[in-house]
Amino acid sequence: MLMRLQNMTVSRRKRPVLNDVNLTLDRHELVGLIGANGAGKSTLMEAALGLLPTAAGHSNLAQMNASERARNAAYLPQSREIAWPVSVEDLVALGRIPWPGSGTAISDRAAIDAAIARMQLQTHRKRTALRLSGGEQSRVLIARALAQETPLVIADEPIAGLDPAQQLACMRIFRELADEGHGLLVSIHDLGLAARFCTRLILLSEGRIIADGTPHEVLRDDLMQRAFKMRTQRIETTHGPIIIPI
Amino acid sequence: MRPAIWLLAGLALCLFAISLLTGPAGIGPVQAITALFGLGEGPMPIVMREIRLPRAILGFAIGAGLGMTGAAMQGYLRNPLAEPGLIGVSGMAALGAVLAIQTGLSQVSGLALPFAALLGAAGGIALLFMLAGPRGGSITLILSGVAISALAGAGTALVLNLSPNPYAANEIVFWLMGSLADRSMVHVWLALPPMLLGGYMIWRTRRALDALTLGEAAAAALGVSPERLRYQLVVGVALIVGPATAVAGAIGFVGLVVPHILRPLVGARPSALLLAAGLGGAILLLGADISVRLILPERDLKLGVITALIGAPLFLHLIWKTRSGGRL
Repeated sequence: MLMRLQNMTVSRRKRPVLNDVNLTLDRHELVGLIGANGAGKSTLMEAALGLLPTAAGHSNLAQMNASERARNAAYLPQSREIAWPVSVEDLVALGRIPWPGSGTAISDRAAIDAAIARMQLQTHRKRTALRLSGGEQSRVLIARALAQETPLVIADEPIAGLDPAQQLACMRIFRELADEGHGLLVSIHDLGLAARFCTRLILLSEGRIIADGTPHEVLRDDLMQRAFKMRTQRIETTHGPIIIPI
Repeated sequence: MRPAIWLLAGLALCLFAISLLTGPAGIGPVQAITALFGLGEGPMPIVMREIRLPRAILGFAIGAGLGMTGAAMQGYLRNPLAEPGLIGVSGMAALGAVLAIQTGLSQVSGLALPFAALLGAAGGIALLFMLAGPRGGSITLILSGVAISALAGAGTALVLNLSPNPYAANEIVFWLMGSLADRSMVHVWLALPPMLLGGYMIWRTRRALDALTLGEAAAAALGVSPERLRYQLVVGVALIVGPATAVAGAIGFVGLVVPHILRPLVGARPSALLLAAGLGGAILLLGADISVRLILPERDLKLGVITALIGAPLFLHLIWKTRSGGRL
């Protein structure tokens, strides 16, 4: 079990943001976290990691000490911050901070090279990360999280701002990682891509999990109506379902 | 290690040697080295060991300290305009020194002034921790530092304003400009140990500073404890800046300009910048201190004046570069 949240409740300014959340995540799972803006997706991720104080409940990750947790779970926050004009290579190397070796050991070099290759950034290696486009920066930051080589990867809207081809490539990579034995928790707004690639979906609405199951079980019209206040229509294609808001 | 670091280290050592060879006594290089080890005749060993050596050591250490703390503050706040004076400790140290001059304490003993300044610095850091609290983010820290700086500045201005003695007022103004003239080995022993400890504390934060490149949330997820980092950094900066101000006065611009200039040289990594900015700070301050002695030896030109004169144009150059499409 990579992540286990039990009865987790989080309040911000005395307003409950997450209510009694129970969630487990295992290896080989690519779990898509869906829900409207403000439903509590980012809060769930940060509280699970122990970066936010919880009012009640437990998270196995929050109970670890900081460096042990950093070797178990990588986190890609929603805000894509890069403060200094460092090279792509140096930025990806930041993922090695939790590991001994200062980013220069052989295992570190291997992890950095693998992450850069997986995100197809070889040609950008020596370029200054800040001079890349927004979408390219996102890919560099994903590579940074992969270089951390953790069993669990938690990514907050990792494919937002990528072009359609890159979104697809990125979801494929996440699925590959899950097939290799990682566990991933990924918040996502593209329901079609979520349905195609995720092994399991979790639907959040007003701080509660209102559905947890296979994409087919979760993307039901009544649940969509409840979570997003909109009607949807599902069209089955050979590549998977398409979900159209109407 | 990149060749740029070796170049900086070589340059700093050269300037250290030149600093030892610069002065009104006119001692040749060979004589200077023998005198440094206590050999040679007449006043030479004393001149070398009691006057020039402490001056060169303080120039190196204070320059390095200011450069390194500047790099650390910029890395921590993720802002290229941050500088070591931002936490208010140097302002409070200056206030302590100014009070020592005004009350005449500095006339009683040569060490009364640095001790008063250290006391001021300690008061400043206590006030900072009281205001900013044990948790709190970097914004609270800057606001508290700015408030303390303003308070210390007002205190200094008040002392000058009410000073009945024009000589004391004159002395205060000159002291505030910063100088390394007539410092002794006692000053070195007073300042160096806390500065080394502070340097060690800041060196320990280097990976956390690197992690902050990705923002506070990502850094926390990489295992950086924000509270611990802030504590280490603030105490480290105070241990360097407090003693530096106590023995040399307020020297501006080094901590601001040096990290800025050297950032592209080390690929902008905050951890690599710590060492580079330390060496660069030593180069700038030793260079300024040598030029003070060469340009107008009889007029006692002040160090802070020179660093500002060098620093401001360099800063303008950077603004020019940013305007034409670069990035700070």
